[in-house]
Amino acid sequence: MSLAARERRQGWGLIAPALLWLLAFFLIPFAVMLALSFAHMEERTVVHGFDPGNYVRIFTDWTMFKALVNSVEITLIVTVVSVVLAYPLAAIIAFRVPRRWQRLALLLAVLPFWTSYVVRSYSWLLVLGQNGVLNKALLGLGLISAPLEIAATRTATVIGFVHFFVMLLTLTIYANLIQLSPNYARAAQDLGAGRFQTFRHVILPLTLPGVVTGAFLTFVLCIGDYITPQILGGNNELTLPQLIMLQMGRGGNFPLASALSVVLMLVVTLAYAVSARWLRLDRV
Amino acid sequence: MTAPVSIRGVRQRYGTATALDHVDLEIAAGEFVVLLGPSGCGKTTLLNIIGGFAEPTEGQVLIGGRDMGGVGPKDRPTTTVFQDYALFPHMSLAENVAFGLRMRGMEKTARLKKAEEMLALVGLAGRGTRRPHELSGGQRQRVALARALAVEPDVLLLDEPLGALDLKLRRAMQDELKAIQRRVGTTFVHVTHDQEEAMAIADRIVVMNAGKIEDLGPPREVYLRPKSLFSAGFMGEINRIPVNGDSSALGPLALGNDREKVLCIRPESIRPAELANGGSLQLGRATITDASFFGTHVRAHAAPLAAPEMQLVFHLPQSVLPAPGEIVDLAAMTWVLLDP
Amino acid sequence: MMRFLSWLYLAAAYLFIFLPVGVLVVFSFQDGRLPVPPLQGVSLRWYEKVLSDGDLMAALVNSLIVALISSAVALALGFLAAHALARVKLPGSVLMRVVIIAPMTVSTLIIGLGLLTFFNQIGLRPSLLATGIGHVVINLPLCFAITYAAMGDHQKNAERAARDLGASEAQVLWLVSAPMLAPALAAAFFLSVTFSWDEFIIAFLLTRFDVTLPVEIWSMLRSGLSPATNAIGSLVFLVSIGVVVLAEIFILRRRA
Repeated sequence: MSLAARERRQGWGLIAPALLWLLAFFLIPFAVMLALSFAHMEERTVVHGFDPGNYVRIFTDWTMFKALVNSVEITLIVTVVSVVLAYPLAAIIAFRVPRRWQRLALLLAVLPFWTSYVVRSYSWLLVLGQNGVLNKALLGLGLISAPLEIAATRTATVIGFVHFFVMLLTLTIYANLIQLSPNYARAAQDLGAGRFQTFRHVILPLTLPGVVTGAFLTFVLCIGDYITPQILGGNNELTLPQLIMLQMGRGGNFPLASALSVVLMLVVTLAYAVSARWLRLDRV
Repeated sequence: MTAPVSIRGVRQRYGTATALDHVDLEIAAGEFVVLLGPSGCGKTTLLNIIGGFAEPTEGQVLIGGRDMGGVGPKDRPTTTVFQDYALFPHMSLAENVAFGLRMRGMEKTARLKKAEEMLALVGLAGRGTRRPHELSGGQRQRVALARALAVEPDVLLLDEPLGALDLKLRRAMQDELKAIQRRVGTTFVHVTHDQEEAMAIADRIVVMNAGKIEDLGPPREVYLRPKSLFSAGFMGEINRIPVNGDSSALGPLALGNDREKVLCIRPESIRPAELANGGSLQLGRATITDASFFGTHVRAHAAPLAAPEMQLVFHLPQSVLPAPGEIVDLAAMTWVLLDP
Repeated sequence: MMRFLSWLYLAAAYLFIFLPVGVLVVFSFQDGRLPVPPLQGVSLRWYEKVLSDGDLMAALVNSLIVALISSAVALALGFLAAHALARVKLPGSVLMRVVIIAPMTVSTLIIGLGLLTFFNQIGLRPSLLATGIGHVVINLPLCFAITYAAMGDHQKNAERAARDLGASEAQVLWLVSAPMLAPALAAAFFLSVTFSWDEFIIAFLLTRFDVTLPVEIWSMLRSGLSPATNAIGSLVFLVSIGVVVLAEIFILRRRA
């Protein structure tokens, strides 16, 4: 066997386990789920077939469609707010904090990452609840006369999400900023650009791909999250993941749950298509 | 435009380390000055200080007679060509070159037109719409130059701009830089560690070492009549023979000297006595230890009979290739006496 | 002016970031029934309660086992795949790379759901094994990406030299590639353990009797607010920070 052929065989051998694993536990399950989405339930049993009924239901049933709308709205708000809050934080750490302290500053900014995600969302409940820290503090200071109803609303969900994603985005945007050659800013200043002009014409455009990548990551993680809306969102509105989990609970309507999942994936794919121009997933 | 640069008593300290130790330098308007020296000698620090990227611990910098203390790069009449060019990757070449003009408020059509003119000046006419990543290293370097010149600075600072280019390209760029400087008349301050490059382009060379200026002058002066041992050794190969008065390891030499000095002779200055002209310094006989053909000349080593442990390096014409062991009578045509 | 605003923003940001965690830790010492103000004295009784909770401690151990094993598997698969793609030009390598990276862009809820329906069909019961399988799926892309990015000419040349000296492919991988890529491998392993350890939804869907820590904490939440939740949360937090600090000191400082 020629050397090239032998090398190729070795290559296949090395990559096969990973591919097989993903085939068995990612691709096939997804195909099964896709097929299931076209089935329907008849009294606790699944009847297979090609029936787009589930999809029709998702887009015509107001409760279901509203969940989709809620998810997209919340995710967009969270993404925008998180980017707007995280960018300055990352920039301050990268450009204002002295070099030797930057690692520490960054570590502190993402320290709460090390609480369990579930526990972190729960902590916001303690802060935003009727008897929580925020209300007790505002009441104590005399700034309000009755407790604010923040917990169990969309606001609480957004706050909970933003808290997490500001940390994530600070990390990714910082990594981006720090890679930038300092000579770009120097060249701009050298040619007469003031601080703001340097940022607007040079720094911002050069970091935009990294920001878009971070924003896309935020979008994907946020729209698919069940935990935060479930803990902080209350019962007045549902998000798509909550709706999906609901189908799992009641008598296990797998077909509908599958269809809802496919719709979720389509939304993510749409988001990818919109941001693909700036996206560089290999350089997160 | 152009302006003179005056550096007075500049010191730069970083904690306990001294990067520049009392530097005084006067650069005339329109001069092409090269700061030459090994890594760490302070040449880049000095360049940064002129450009406003660093404030000296002590001392003053005046450009065109104006004190630049506290003035940032943005407001100085200088622009810099950086070592890594720092072309903005997200802008076209024309937009890059026009950037400084944009910052000065020039409107779009006017500044893009000027950008095209500058690109033509550096030999990249008509490529304004390309992006930096589409260009080779040499081409990027020219765009960086065009960008820096577009705003018509009084002083252009170049931080080892030719370092990343291969030899042939470097030689071509050296000629172009010189030609462009003559054309625009701007004061150029160029940093390099390559002495051949310095000699090729400089009106005056400033030899630096360990934060101090060791030597200063036109290339010819600095090469043939170096003012310090360091400068002599840095500018090229040199033979160093310690002397005390008129006596040396080679025997008595007709130097007219009465102190402890080092006799420095360039290899191309030593030749067989019979080929030397009158007025040359007789060095005595020596045994050839090796001789190799170097294209334009033959490079040979010889051990003097009077001091066999010493090695003299010298050049011979292409046609003369002696064998090891042959004895030659050597003489020096030019030489300098320097403090040890 | 800008300077002052910057520091002000930094302070405000840190306040926002630490607020919930601060509240969590403070009220884990609550000497009372509810983890809300006012703080009625300091007590360790919730920590005692949590540490003696058999289910909770079992869940903690389960989480650890699942995290360590699934991360090791993900790392092995990802490293081998990265090595293969870096070394040999295989047909369809672009497609393969897309497949390997794909799970990163799919919500873990969907991956969990897919596995649940699939396992249902093939009769695999919910268990820690099922969860582990799911965790390998979500961590494999990460391990692949990190090790692939770390591979460079320096290490490729060393491998070539080893082959030249007669090493078999397995020996090259074990004696040359892996040691040279150790920092990247360690980072990938550490990140995978972190993700797996904290992962909720796949574990929730794919476990029934033996659960992982996040799932057990979730059950605690179902029964209302309690400082016990604060205690276990703070405990996990402090231990995680401890591990990171130790890693900083022993692994990262040594290389500096």
